[in-house]
Amino acid sequence: MTHKKPLDPNQKLDIEAILEGLEHYHPQRKGWTWREVPPEGVDMGPFHYRNMSKPLKNSIGLPASKYFDHIDPQPSCVVTTEIASGRFEDDIRRMRMAAWHGADHIMVIRTTGQSHIDGLLEGTPEGVGGVPITRKQIRASRKACDMIEEEVGRPINFHSYVSGVAGPEVAVLFAEEGINGAHQDPQYNVLYRNVNMYRSFVDAAEAKKVMAGAGIFQIDGAHNANATAKAGWLVMPELMVQHGINCAFSTAVGMDKDLIGLSTVPPDAPPAPKLWYDLPYAVALRDFFSEYKMRAQQNTRYIEADIEEAVRTHTVDTLISMLTSADIQSTITPDEGRNVPWHYNNVRGVQTVKQTWAALDGIKELLSLNHDGPLGEMVRDLKERAVAFLEEVIETGGYFAAVEQGFFVDSGKYPDRNGDGIARDGKGGVGAGTIVERESDYYAPVCSHYGHNHLPAGVERACDPIGGCTLCQPEKIVYIDELDPEDSCNARLAETLPYRKGGKVKPEAEWAGDGTILTQFFVPLPEDVAAVYGLEMAKKLGLLDPEVVNLQVMHPAEGCFVEVKGKIGFDIELSSLKVPEKEVILPEEELREAVKKAGVRVVAATVGEDEHSVGLREILDIKHGGIEKYGVKYHYLGTSVPIGKLVDAAIETGAHAILISTIISHNDVHRAQMRKLAELCQEKGIREKIILIAGGTQVNREMAQETGLDATFGRGTKGIHVVNAIVKILKARGVV
Amino acid sequence: MMSEDRIARFEKRQVELKKMSDEALKARFWELCQQVVEPIVDLSRSYTSPSIERSVLLRMGIDSISAHGVVDRILEAGLLGKGAGHVVLKLAQKNGTDVRAAAAAILEDKEVLQGLF
Repeated sequence: MTHKKPLDPNQKLDIEAILEGLEHYHPQRKGWTWREVPPEGVDMGPFHYRNMSKPLKNSIGLPASKYFDHIDPQPSCVVTTEIASGRFEDDIRRMRMAAWHGADHIMVIRTTGQSHIDGLLEGTPEGVGGVPITRKQIRASRKACDMIEEEVGRPINFHSYVSGVAGPEVAVLFAEEGINGAHQDPQYNVLYRNVNMYRSFVDAAEAKKVMAGAGIFQIDGAHNANATAKAGWLVMPELMVQHGINCAFSTAVGMDKDLIGLSTVPPDAPPAPKLWYDLPYAVALRDFFSEYKMRAQQNTRYIEADIEEAVRTHTVDTLISMLTSADIQSTITPDEGRNVPWHYNNVRGVQTVKQTWAALDGIKELLSLNHDGPLGEMVRDLKERAVAFLEEVIETGGYFAAVEQGFFVDSGKYPDRNGDGIARDGKGGVGAGTIVERESDYYAPVCSHYGHNHLPAGVERACDPIGGCTLCQPEKIVYIDELDPEDSCNARLAETLPYRKGGKVKPEAEWAGDGTILTQFFVPLPEDVAAVYGLEMAKKLGLLDPEVVNLQVMHPAEGCFVEVKGKIGFDIELSSLKVPEKEVILPEEELREAVKKAGVRVVAATVGEDEHSVGLREILDIKHGGIEKYGVKYHYLGTSVPIGKLVDAAIETGAHAILISTIISHNDVHRAQMRKLAELCQEKGIREKIILIAGGTQVNREMAQETGLDATFGRGTKGIHVVNAIVKILKARGVV
Repeated sequence: MMSEDRIARFEKRQVELKKMSDEALKARFWELCQQVVEPIVDLSRSYTSPSIERSVLLRMGIDSISAHGVVDRILEAGLLGKGAGHVVLKLAQKNGTDVRAAAAAILEDKEVLQGLF
């Protein structure tokens, strides 16, 4: 048995350690988990939240959280992130980053074409647009999730896909390995993967039964009609029918309604008047499917290269979730329209939901939907059309006949038809003619089996004659390590080792050491020329494989905003980076106490021919959190103050310190002023007693030594940094 | 079927549907969904597939690669309708081995399936 060491937030995931002992690893829990949502709400920092879940043990809040005691409120719904790097060893690092920002439903996309592979894959081959789902890949990922969930203090739901022609086998694999959620929708296979319709449904019944046995949450695939139909916003009655068929079929084969989720997407995007289409649809769904869960997915149909546009659409999508309901809020990486998603864009997707959710917390207590007006009429209309659709399906001879006649994914609004629906032949498709009728003595000696199963006389539990199946006795699971050593994580890990553990550094977007970066700029050229310029510029910068990934016209003639990605071709040794030692700030209480004890007084001024005063006032004033806040008394002499005057004032008032601010930097004026201050104090015989501090935008921490001052500060300095320096020096001199 | 025809029938249906309360309309939706899936559920209950049978063998503790070959052999022998797990178990009982050894025996020589039933 392998033992997991708790993760240290200051240490990277050790991929090699995760792979160690994997053959004996079993998941620490199975089944789906919802967030803990205190009914009385959640108090965080200065606020009371009405619709939030229990906060995380370790997390990173939104950028603005630093103004609010670093709180990181977590939505009441489960939040999804979709991961598709193609390498599980990179996926799991991304999972950890996403979890720290609040994702607890981590969906791993499968490699292209896996749904047509008739059987399970093994080992750790690299995928395209997702990983090949194999026992080793998901076991290693689940093990990483088991560690990550302990680190963040909330269970992680790990999710993938039970579709294609190996559905039942994949379902068994997922049940055995502790996968918590999965897509399963036989209609998806038929319509979008051209799997034979009979095979798809027969397989689905078994897969769903296995999923039910393992408490795996199911998501359907109906939302794909939004992404496929030419006019996604018109197919809504059909979508309700697709959801209805999968829900009815799933419950009929033994799934619990609580574990069935509708994958629903607000079908529209601005500049369309989104709310007039998406809101009635959202309401109609939640009315008809009140016993089922809602997995609200963000719209991808209209997302292309512009990340900000995607984020804005997703914000409105989240608003629709909050105006109606969402048990799971999915996030789409905002770069999905331009490339295989990058690490940090998973985090940005999660942030969109987190930010919107916090902003609109408790919105339903403040606003309510007006069902009496057009909303109610539109909702009712959708429902009637959905029912009429089903009546026509039955009249036509049932589901299979309807598929053969192209009822589905037609872009007309029912009953209109554009004739562009996806029609499938019952005799055709992948796996046609492969289902076999069960004979009267058919028997499957295992648990979670669906349909006719003729147990031999005297047998109570189906798997008793084999002494228990793998679902009852996990030690019977056969683990296959690798089939192709060349195409395995070991080969890849050897290549990326220098970037993970060898002290070499490269930026990355998808994989360790990929060197991918993005540059953004404005160029005063028209569209066609701007794109060509972008590539040329990137080449001159030394970027390899440059590619223009986004181009927005600011004006037909004035110019364009351009984004170019590329790879950098060099490494930097970590040891060559000179990192300044981090200044440790004393606790605020200790600072106040020391200031009080010594009765700290300072004189301050902007020196030289310099009329700037904002920076220094922020360091001084209580309202900006300046030194006054910590009890320091200051005497401010103004701007363009000569050094001599400042030193005299310090002597006169018995100040402990002189603070000068210097902005103008031509001819090294700031350095000269700083040196002059030190020299003058020396002449006057007060240098040993007084503390000399300078600050300004051109100043940095290293200048103190060269100019003979005690401390120097640059951009971003706060009052507390200055007080901290004063107190430390006073302590060193034995004053406090 | 003519498109005009369909629209006309939809309009006729809509007149009836408009008379229903919201609750009745919802109940009708679910009743129709049940009706649509009923024959599919029956089909699923009485048929099996190579993937289902491989998933049975997996649950019996047989590795995925062997499971694939064994199901192919059983299908070729015309015995899949009995259940691949059933076939493997029966052979194991006949040979006095465990199911993994029985699966290996089928892979080695499919003649072992002769006369098993």
